[in-house]
Amino acid sequence: MRKYLLARGNSALADRGFHWLMVLCALTIFGIVVLIAFELVVRSKLAWGKFGFDFFFKAFTDPYTNLPMYWDPVNGHFSALPFLYGTLVSSFLALLLAVPLAIGVAVFLTEMCPRALRGPLAFITELLAAIPSVIYGLWAVFVLVPLLREHVNPWLTKLLGWTGFFGDSNPTGLGFVAAGIILAIMILPIVSSLTREVMTAVPHSQREAVLALGATRWEMISMGVLRNARIGIVGAVILGLGRALGETMAVTMVIGNSPEIHQSLLENGSSMASVIANEFAEASGDLHLSALMELGLALFIVTIIVNAFARLLVWAVTRGAPSSAH
Amino acid sequence: MRDEHKLKARIRALSDGAATGLAILSTVLVVAPLVAIFVYLVYKGASSLNLAFFIEVPKPVGESGGGMANAIVGSAILLGIGSLIGVPVGISGGIFLAEFGRGTKLANAVRFTADVLNGVPSIVMGIAVYSLVVVPQGHFSAFSGGVALGIMMIPTVCRTTEEMLLMVPNAVREAALALGVPNWRSVLAITVRTASPGIITGCMLAFARVAGETAPLIFTAFGNVGRNMRLDEPIAALPLQIYVYALSPYDDWHRLAWAGSLVLIVLIVLAVSLVRYVTSRGVLKGAS
Repeated sequence: MRKYLLARGNSALADRGFHWLMVLCALTIFGIVVLIAFELVVRSKLAWGKFGFDFFFKAFTDPYTNLPMYWDPVNGHFSALPFLYGTLVSSFLALLLAVPLAIGVAVFLTEMCPRALRGPLAFITELLAAIPSVIYGLWAVFVLVPLLREHVNPWLTKLLGWTGFFGDSNPTGLGFVAAGIILAIMILPIVSSLTREVMTAVPHSQREAVLALGATRWEMISMGVLRNARIGIVGAVILGLGRALGETMAVTMVIGNSPEIHQSLLENGSSMASVIANEFAEASGDLHLSALMELGLALFIVTIIVNAFARLLVWAVTRGAPSSAH
Repeated sequence: MRDEHKLKARIRALSDGAATGLAILSTVLVVAPLVAIFVYLVYKGASSLNLAFFIEVPKPVGESGGGMANAIVGSAILLGIGSLIGVPVGISGGIFLAEFGRGTKLANAVRFTADVLNGVPSIVMGIAVYSLVVVPQGHFSAFSGGVALGIMMIPTVCRTTEEMLLMVPNAVREAALALGVPNWRSVLAITVRTASPGIITGCMLAFARVAGETAPLIFTAFGNVGRNMRLDEPIAALPLQIYVYALSPYDDWHRLAWAGSLVLIVLIVLAVSLVRYVTSRGVLKGAS
């Protein structure tokens, strides 16, 4: 009897201990996020104190040429404008290219694709989503950029040069267009697989109801599926945006890395992530380092908001439905 | 009136055909180049890979040959440290989500935070770990790189573990409890064990993903041209080396970069296929 009680007591203790150990590990995830935020805030204080909100909104003026100037580590002038511009332009270019294609792929995979093809295509998507950024960058440097330089960019200039977005002053092939294309390739798998997940979550009765009214397949897809899934699809797109905003290596390798703002998309630029990757290790002085930290903090906050928002949207649609894709 | 109907039907049929065509076209437009990229990477890598790649360290500029032995060893060390941090914490977090916290507010919050942490750009992780570890330590080190990779593994491992554990039927848990097995033993010896193939491959996937991470290593592991086994000194890593070599002007270094990326790709293909294989059979079927 005594032995029995003792054993029970022990196991209750062990149970509770185990439970709390697991809780502790789960809580470290909170801890990590808080710690990252804390470190970034502390280290960016210097730049924040010196520039305040102007850091993100105001350019400096070059005293000799009277031209706007943004990023001058030597003289201690720091403005994040060209990096905000570069990040936004390259990301939106990527969305512009990737979203229609991703939705097309998702529609094909969920509604039209023969069963035998679905598995291999899903496998390829998963594989491509897992390929490291630096390898996409390597491919872009040796294949995409020469292709743009030799063929695509001259053609774009000739065809659309009059809009002012495709000037021909940059002979390198690097720039926003190259960054946008490689970003589009990189976010396609995630956007399309999430869209697919959301579309699969739409109940079959919706499709059947629309078909029963005599709709064609496309009408069934647009009215029965896409309309029901639209919130989730917006979530998938925003999640893709989140990826694109923070993508570092591939962009750093092809965007050209100059802290300037140009209207022409064929010009060299720089993004928030790429300037950190380029300058952080050899930052000249505390203010420079602190300015880069502040860029990192901004990136952190923006991606957290974007991701949280996107997750909420995707959850709103797939909640309760069996998940079939990751 | 009749004609109008006919016309409408024609338009509807046409737009249906057009939509189908566009969907197929976009699939081809996406899949073909992606496959082409993949084949190109494999081809370039395979034609650059040789034994020297695995056993020699980089030669000085101008000499041909050399390999990335230092980077491979470095990556292995970094990933070892990363796994030591990421795997236990991640699995425990997953156990909490699936076994103890199901449906609670805390679990939802943890799950949400893990997803959000997963989306934090790796470069931000890099500078955070820089100021957490490198600054107090005073110099770049292998240890700080491992910490960065470990932190990045946690959310992935945690979420896959949870998903795999959720696939274990409740009857198994109930059977264990009915036999009087204490809960912690039932979790570890029955539930986790049943789901272990899935959990292990999930860890492998996280491992393969962070193996290719470059951005968090630039300011932590930093890179090293020679061999290094010490944890408190800068160390080379495969993705870092690929980055540096890709931007260099030397053909020989480009060759090494391609070979290095093939090694990473093989690692990823292995991990992804294993996950698919494991989740296509037994109790774990349909997970992830």
